Amino acid sequence: MEREGSVAEHPHMTAAKGRFGKYGGRYVPETLIPALEELENSYHRFSRDEVFQAELDRYLRRYCGRPTPLYFAAHLTQLLAGPRIYLKREDLLHTGAHKINNTLGQVLLAQRMHKRRLIAETGAGQHGVATATAAAMFGLECDVYMGAEDMIRQELNVYRMRLLGARVIPVESGTRTLKDAINEALRDWVTNVRTTFYVIGSVVGPHPYPTMVRDLQSVIGHEARAQILEENGRLPDCLLACVGGGSNAMGLFYPFKDDTSVRMIGVEAGGLGIPTLHHAATLVAGTPGVLHGAYSYLLQDAAGQVRGTHSVSAGLDYPGVGPEHSFLKDSGRAEYVAVTDDEALEGFRLLARSEGIIPALEPAHAVAYLRTLAPSMRRDQTVILSLSGRGDKDVQYVSRLEQG
Amino acid sequence: MSRIGPVFERLRGSRAALMPFLVAGDPNLASTSQAVEALIRAGADLIELGVPFSDPIADGPINQRAYQRALAAGVTPRDVLGLVRDLRARFGVPIVLLSYFNPILQFGLDRFCAEAVASGVDGVVIPDLPPDEAGDLARHARAAGLDLIFLLSPTSTDARIRLAGAQSSGFIYCVSLTGVTGVRDRVSGEVEGLLKRIRQHTGLPICVGFGVSTADQARQVGAVADGVIVGSAIVALLEQDGGPARLEEFVSGLRASLDGAHAAKSTPP
Repeated sequence: MEREGSVAEHPHMTAAKGRFGKYGGRYVPETLIPALEELENSYHRFSRDEVFQAELDRYLRRYCGRPTPLYFAAHLTQLLAGPRIYLKREDLLHTGAHKINNTLGQVLLAQRMHKRRLIAETGAGQHGVATATAAAMFGLECDVYMGAEDMIRQELNVYRMRLLGARVIPVESGTRTLKDAINEALRDWVTNVRTTFYVIGSVVGPHPYPTMVRDLQSVIGHEARAQILEENGRLPDCLLACVGGGSNAMGLFYPFKDDTSVRMIGVEAGGLGIPTLHHAATLVAGTPGVLHGAYSYLLQDAAGQVRGTHSVSAGLDYPGVGPEHSFLKDSGRAEYVAVTDDEALEGFRLLARSEGIIPALEPAHAVAYLRTLAPSMRRDQTVILSLSGRGDKDVQYVSRLEQG
Repeated sequence: MSRIGPVFERLRGSRAALMPFLVAGDPNLASTSQAVEALIRAGADLIELGVPFSDPIADGPINQRAYQRALAAGVTPRDVLGLVRDLRARFGVPIVLLSYFNPILQFGLDRFCAEAVASGVDGVVIPDLPPDEAGDLARHARAAGLDLIFLLSPTSTDARIRLAGAQSSGFIYCVSLTGVTGVRDRVSGEVEGLLKRIRQHTGLPICVGFGVSTADQARQVGAVADGVIVGSAIVALLEQDGGPARLEEFVSGLRASLDGAHAAKSTPP
């Protein structure tokens, strides 16, 4: 199903490299093209370099705590009276989310490419924290762009980044959330491209980022696949993950892509509900367009202006999505659904009370969708849910929401 | 053939062309129309109009705010074509649109090219569309007779200069610096070397933009380039509520500076 790099049939434009079907590409200012070519070449070389891979693997194990457990959520399973639910515990990783899998890989690459300055965008702050963490460990300069609105909702992560020595730059333009943080990071990169490595936090952006981030996050799915086979002797029936840009979902899905019996479901942020337009359900309600360097589904108006989005979760509050998800949607290999803010908050509490695990608001969307999914499945079937991050960062915000 | 080529033909060997930029619909379409009249009176050789977009990643804060004002006024790409049609009825000056790719993609590539030409647009610059991704648009633009102008920057390799040279028509848009649009204290020291490299690979006229904001900077750039693009300084003037008279005065100063550079070049000391 993957046709990355192929020249594919395309209704609008001639396909260049870095394509997933018709999606992807490299729609960026000319100034960045040589840097993307350099990055592509370096990534190509080091992704096949045993020394590099061994170093990455060592950091993932000893610094981050991989492999993460695949945990059978017995109480949640009993409560929902449906399939056996397994949680892939990315929330237990160092820094509290799956983001560090990608960040460490990119920062090791930045070192090999002799770039001393890192920039990153962040929504919920988890990618910013992961980048600041790697920068601190390797002694690199780090600037993180974050929407001013997100800095309020994810105050704790702003403090963590600063504690780690990163500069957090508030983005006041546009929607003051993740979309505009990426705009600002791209503007910084265009300006400082010769000295700076842009650590993109999801499977979005121009080629080679969607491929590179997917590969780095695939450790989630590779481990989960081996773990479930060891536990049950057979593949799961369904995979479930939240989708903002889509990196934890892509990381879980990709190693199962050829296991056609395994359903893949991505859960998007339905915000206040799809009909209200106050949501971030790009694959459910969007149309193809170009944003942040790639052709992919997009929330936009008829004239091609990108729409403002809304989600209770800063990490999902984004009008675009990774191009490979667009390809998986069109091909039917994966399904995409949305749950509302209220449902997600219910999922947040559900997992806390049933399993003693407080999830981040992002995977709380996936947890919430279990209520819909469970009744449609048999008890002898299994689901793996990517618990992409822990909820410490959200506790204060949710408590404020509850107090109205 | 568009109206662009003949302008550079006419000016070849005399002086650099002056191409002011402003955002169409900032703060409304009627004011843009008046501003363009002022630019023409001031001696602009070509006009570059920005099509408003929500996420202008190649632009600095001045132009970003202008796009936001135009979007707040509800200006669409179709409105911009309407504006050009009105201007075209009165003026022969070449008009180039600067648009990000998504509005053109949503308009429909073939429809955009056909309707742009029918409205009197001569060329289009798309800052987030490198030639590698432009195949289908290039085909439609060629068929419609619309010049597709690609950008080159100080980081462009010789291979990329050859690619942009082969794919561009009308002129090459040379970005003077690594960065976004905006007002800068001085012209990037990389311009002259970059122009030399570009000229080794293409005979197209080369216009330099990004960070050219004063008469002095225009003269400096005009001495080595075929055209000078001044954007943010003009947009900032409009933002400060500079009316058409103030705009005309500023752009006349830019033009005099280019004329003077020519006079200085052609008369021995």
